[in-house]
Amino acid sequence: MSARKGQKRVLLQGNEAIVEGALAAGCRFFAGYPITPASEIAELLSMRLPLAGGTFIQMEDEIASIGAVIGASLAGVKSMTATSGPGFSLMQENLGFACMAEVPCVIVNVMRGGPSTGLPTNPSQGDVMQARWGTHGDHPVIVLSVSTVQDCFEITILAFNLSEKYRVPVIILSDAVVAHTREVFTFPHAREIQIVDRALPSMPPEWYIPYEDSPSGVPPMAPFGEGYRYHVTGLVHDVRGFPTQRPEEIKALINRLFRKITQGFHEIQKVQRFMLDDADVSVIAYGSVSRAARQAVKEARREGVRAGLLQLITLFPFPRSSVESVLKQCRGVVVPEMNVGQISREVKRVNRWECKVEKYNRVDGRLITPKQIRQLIFKLGT
Amino acid sequence: MSQGVTKLIHKYLRHDKKFPHVWCPGCGNGIVLGALIRAIDRIGLEKDEIVLASGIGCSGRMPVYVDFNTLHTTHGRALTFATGIKLAKPSLTVIAIMGDGDATAIGGNHFIHAARRNLNLTAIIINNQIYGMTGGQSSPTTPYGSYATTAPYGLIEHAFSIAELAVTAGAPFVARGTVYHVETLEDLVKKAILKRGFAVVEVISNCHVQYGRRNNMGDPVTMMKWMRDHAIRVEKASSMSIDDMEGKFTIGVLADVEKPIYTEEYQKIREGAIKGRPTGGPGHG
Amino acid sequence: MDKKGRRYEVVFSGSGGQGIILGAVVLAEACGIHDGKYVCQTQSYGPESRGGFSRADVVISDRPIDYPMATEPDLLLAMNQTSCDRYHPELKADGLLVVDASLVSQIPAGRTVAIPFTEIAREQFGTEMVANMVSLGAVVQLTRLVSPSKLRAALTARAPQHTADLNRAALNAGIRAAKKIDVACLENLGAPEEEDV
Repeated sequence: MSARKGQKRVLLQGNEAIVEGALAAGCRFFAGYPITPASEIAELLSMRLPLAGGTFIQMEDEIASIGAVIGASLAGVKSMTATSGPGFSLMQENLGFACMAEVPCVIVNVMRGGPSTGLPTNPSQGDVMQARWGTHGDHPVIVLSVSTVQDCFEITILAFNLSEKYRVPVIILSDAVVAHTREVFTFPHAREIQIVDRALPSMPPEWYIPYEDSPSGVPPMAPFGEGYRYHVTGLVHDVRGFPTQRPEEIKALINRLFRKITQGFHEIQKVQRFMLDDADVSVIAYGSVSRAARQAVKEARREGVRAGLLQLITLFPFPRSSVESVLKQCRGVVVPEMNVGQISREVKRVNRWECKVEKYNRVDGRLITPKQIRQLIFKLGT
Repeated sequence: MSQGVTKLIHKYLRHDKKFPHVWCPGCGNGIVLGALIRAIDRIGLEKDEIVLASGIGCSGRMPVYVDFNTLHTTHGRALTFATGIKLAKPSLTVIAIMGDGDATAIGGNHFIHAARRNLNLTAIIINNQIYGMTGGQSSPTTPYGSYATTAPYGLIEHAFSIAELAVTAGAPFVARGTVYHVETLEDLVKKAILKRGFAVVEVISNCHVQYGRRNNMGDPVTMMKWMRDHAIRVEKASSMSIDDMEGKFTIGVLADVEKPIYTEEYQKIREGAIKGRPTGGPGHG
Repeated sequence: MDKKGRRYEVVFSGSGGQGIILGAVVLAEACGIHDGKYVCQTQSYGPESRGGFSRADVVISDRPIDYPMATEPDLLLAMNQTSCDRYHPELKADGLLVVDASLVSQIPAGRTVAIPFTEIAREQFGTEMVANMVSLGAVVQLTRLVSPSKLRAALTARAPQHTADLNRAALNAGIRAAKKIDVACLENLGAPEEEDV
């Protein structure tokens, strides 16, 4: 372990590391509703936020939780909520509001088995497509996944940074395994952490046009109560924020919402390449399953198979170019998931080569094992 | 008078931006907006200090027209957004404007919990007893036996009394007015904004187009007369028998008590936590 | 540690309320924080806070750990009969089974150590609550996964202040009880070879 002098080392659960990441990123508001297996995030923040001068509130449901989060963010405070599948379903309505009104916020979904109340204490990756498409209407959104305690810290900071920079809700998908796994975590020095804050208007209020286009497509965001009185709505709006039904204004808004994300692909789409340089069989995995995949790849290498792993950190916008380079290079790709096949659809969608894409799915509330993935690597590698 | 009105229009309305408004001729919403602006002007609040948040429906459009920090949220959720804003910036005066379906059907849970929680917010609920914008469907305050586009044979449900519901849910300030009793309304709104704690004003309003037309009150004047004839001042009602009050409703201040305010209590928790005191909260110190 | 010194898997099992997870957390903290090893501690449990099943895994390694859970445990601690029956089939062929002799009567064949943890806790400390610490002391003494002093340091940091002395005493009682057992002797018993059956 690379602990340097003076750095604090602690045994942390994934959920606890998300809290540490959020606080390090500058999160000072949390609203949530109790739900397994995400509750530790709320419990710990109820203790920690007042110490940091922030605010924790337990709301009456998840609809209210994300409403309060958006409200706090509009007032200029970095805000977050955390939930699991059933609560995530309830949040979809206001998640769309955050997309439309471009309000930064971070939503952690510690996935459990579904549908409905499902399997509260067992892991799943069943909410991948819901995270992308759960709220109605065409909308851009960023979805990140975590696989280790270290990830939980770092990806939470990344989530806040992307959310602030692009004025878009960022969803972190965790699962019951990641949430409750304890690992040694070494706190980085504050100076090692890069923090991004939303751009504030640099012009006087009378010149401020709250939803005006620019090369980045991300308008500066004035917090409520600072002299920039403007209108925020979930309706399709013109550049001043007022409701519109004019076709050219509707089109301009929707196109800009997508363009601002497309332009950021280079820094939004994160993957981790492992032993891929000479691989002819690869695994594409994310979340806790990628830990099994990494072990399987090492074991397969010891058996002489040139295996590799593409771990997706960003699930959406789907990191197409990284996936394509693996598909182009390999004769076979395994996509193991704890669902009936969600990211595997995306992989198949972008596969234009001779590569054989095999999905492997487990929906019994248990984590996929290295052995199961290794067998598929051998199958495709021979 | 007209000069005064012009002055207020120029000061508070986005008169050069988003008019004409979407409300029907004779709608009560304009009267509520007028009362709200006059109350704010009398209190002397700065426009920058005010957040006006709404939900969905005809009332939901009100924030568009006023020059405050304005927020048009999702259906029934105005109070949840308002809660986040107030917690993040307690110095702001946060007012939520809602309709009857908005606040007590889809947003009913948020409404009673906001009343219980006691943030220093003002909730104005325009009760026109119908879903107006969507075309006259029955709402939680549509009277038993009335007709609506989703109750063509007459409504068999029973109406909420919003103000009484708010009192029961624990709101420390609750008032009811009507769009007929304009001066009283302005006074009640002013009291509600000045109240330290969660303050509710239910405003009985008219939707002659969607409610009145189907229930023998097809014009605003008839509906205003109905308000005049059925509203009883709280002070007078206390000396009336239950039989005399049958079919009537009270107007005035229904509740005005002092309760600890959430943001102030939370500030104590912050200070206590920093000092290392066990986080027992108030009453356990 | 196994031959390559890479990965050692421990499974703690019993019923909810026996402090199964706390035992695993203290071991993980001792190895991870106080001994500088890589550790992964995971758990699975039913919806009940008391009763029901409880299982906690600790994976310890000199290298970064990929798969966080035990797949072929090197050691299984079973604090009741149900968990012994349920998890014993997963135990590595030459793995060590440690059972609470107070609550497990049907003991599978193989390398097995039976110590009455609950009885020791009740008789020496007047409470069954610390049986988990007695068993943790024994597990560490039998495997030498970490030194007793580091284990005690981890316990002090994790357990509530007012129970520190009691928990430390229980840990020591477990260490003492396990000292009477020679694990090397167990090696000879081994699991039956196929041709023996």
